[in-house]
Amino acid sequence: MSSTTHNMAPASGVLPAYRQPQRVTQARVLRAEWTKLRTQPAAFWTLLSAVILVIGFGIGYSLLRVARPPRGAAAIASFDPTAISLSGVQLAQIAVGVLGVLLITSEYSTGLIRTTFAAVPRRLPVLWAKAALLAATVSAVSLPAVFATFRGGQSILGRQHLSVPLSGPGVVRAVIGSALYLAVIGLLGVGLGAIIRNAAGGVAALFGMLYGLPLAAGLLPSTLAADVTKYLPGTAGQAVTTVQPDPTLLQPWTGFGVLCCYAAVLLSLAAARMRRGDA
Amino acid sequence: MIELRALTKTYGPTTAVSDLTFTVRPEVVTGFLGPNGAGKSTTMRMILGLDEPTGGSVMVNGRLPRTHAAPLHEIGGMLDPRAVHPSRSAYHHLLALARTSGIRKSRVDEVIDAVGLGAVARRRAGKFSLGMSQRLGIAAALLGDPATVVLDEPVNGLDVEGIRWIRGLLRDLAAQGKTVFVSSHLMSEIAQTATQLVVIGRGKLMADTSMAEFMAAAAPSTVRIRSSDQIALAGLLRAPGVTVAAADDGALIVTGLQAGHVGGIAGAAGITVLELATQQASLEDVFVGLTQDAVDYRAAN
Repeated sequence: MSSTTHNMAPASGVLPAYRQPQRVTQARVLRAEWTKLRTQPAAFWTLLSAVILVIGFGIGYSLLRVARPPRGAAAIASFDPTAISLSGVQLAQIAVGVLGVLLITSEYSTGLIRTTFAAVPRRLPVLWAKAALLAATVSAVSLPAVFATFRGGQSILGRQHLSVPLSGPGVVRAVIGSALYLAVIGLLGVGLGAIIRNAAGGVAALFGMLYGLPLAAGLLPSTLAADVTKYLPGTAGQAVTTVQPDPTLLQPWTGFGVLCCYAAVLLSLAAARMRRGDA
Repeated sequence: MIELRALTKTYGPTTAVSDLTFTVRPEVVTGFLGPNGAGKSTTMRMILGLDEPTGGSVMVNGRLPRTHAAPLHEIGGMLDPRAVHPSRSAYHHLLALARTSGIRKSRVDEVIDAVGLGAVARRRAGKFSLGMSQRLGIAAALLGDPATVVLDEPVNGLDVEGIRWIRGLLRDLAAQGKTVFVSSHLMSEIAQTATQLVVIGRGKLMADTSMAEFMAAAAPSTVRIRSSDQIALAGLLRAPGVTVAAADDGALIVTGLQAGHVGGIAGAAGITVLELATQQASLEDVFVGLTQDAVDYRAAN
């Protein structure tokens, strides 16, 4: 303890007045939240994990599939090289979802939220800033990652002439859609984190939404199960990442739209909770 | 200026704060005193706009807490010095805060130097000692040069040098014309810093006066005397308006007369005075006496 106090300079005691104009605006809150995001080591490591999962798993799975090329008309027809190289996205969604949750819950667990809300009494600008930054950061990091894994995966699959070019039907949409899918999953995390306000609960709810709901839907009678599952957040969003038309999924952009609706609803609930309640 | 009118806060069946009405004025240091659990932090959270009152109102500089356009310039608060993200540096913690209102980077450096954290500003806040965290919290509160400063137990865990520094800082802030509102559960500390006093117990207002009036009204000073003939002296001293009690060590405790007068009475009767002193009631005694019924958490004696 004494070694740390030695490091402190005696307080200069002189604190000049500060007369520059001050005002809270959404743009300034965005800048403040960016300062927080870029100085939060967890954000860097989580995004790095997401990238590693996207590329690593995508390449790995491509290597696996190229070793056993499909045989038979049915297998060849259902072979989706794009989906194979993008398979890491389904794992990376956990990382980005958790990041979304932590962006909010770390403020509650440390108590920093009180300082944040005292400085931004309208509160909602903080939520919007965090959501916007998360979506932007995840997209910015995921886009190069998905293109890289696509390139890498296709060059591997090309050894057995199983690859598909970027210009193939629906391919660019699936690749870009995957990056956007990750961004919106991150927003689900932000919404859940802001509603539940603790990390464990938020992550559990995230898992519940992405994995638990489809399991629960599977318990319904089979015709109902198929219809319900289509509209669940994970499955709906997945539609935008597939190239082959899949009758168990919605149309690509429709599915993405449904996922976005889930995010919008969660963020609205979060906003309502944040505004009224005690900090 | 902070104005509370009938401020009430309940959490379900529990009433944390009930019907508080008082005004905290600029240019003086106002102490906010109460036992643990009395409702000081709840009151301060409402002043900062973090909790909504259940009843009544609080106004800061003439407006409701959450309506200021430049909140850091109106009111600077420190509730919990440990409320920082541990892996962020002190500098970045303050920089993010400054950015919400468009406060310049140079101001961040200014407050860091003013509180004495210059050498450790780039260190992770999680590694700070309690004293350093308190300084960081105060830096955050003063960042926007607020007209009103609200600090919850700022001397908790500080060493002597730190306590002296805060005391001086609070006086300087008041001298600058700011409204300074500081809570504590220790009377002795507050008495050395504050000139106005608000006392709270079990959520209710117990006192709202100047420090001097509080001391005078609550317990007048007494005179302690030991002499060669205590019994005779006691008889001489007793009069309407004067009480004479015996202390454990045989001295007489006289209330209602000045020391000089007591000494004069003894001298006129030829009694030798062995010890004569004026005793200010202990500040702790006054405070405990006032709030003893309002303490929620007390060890069994």
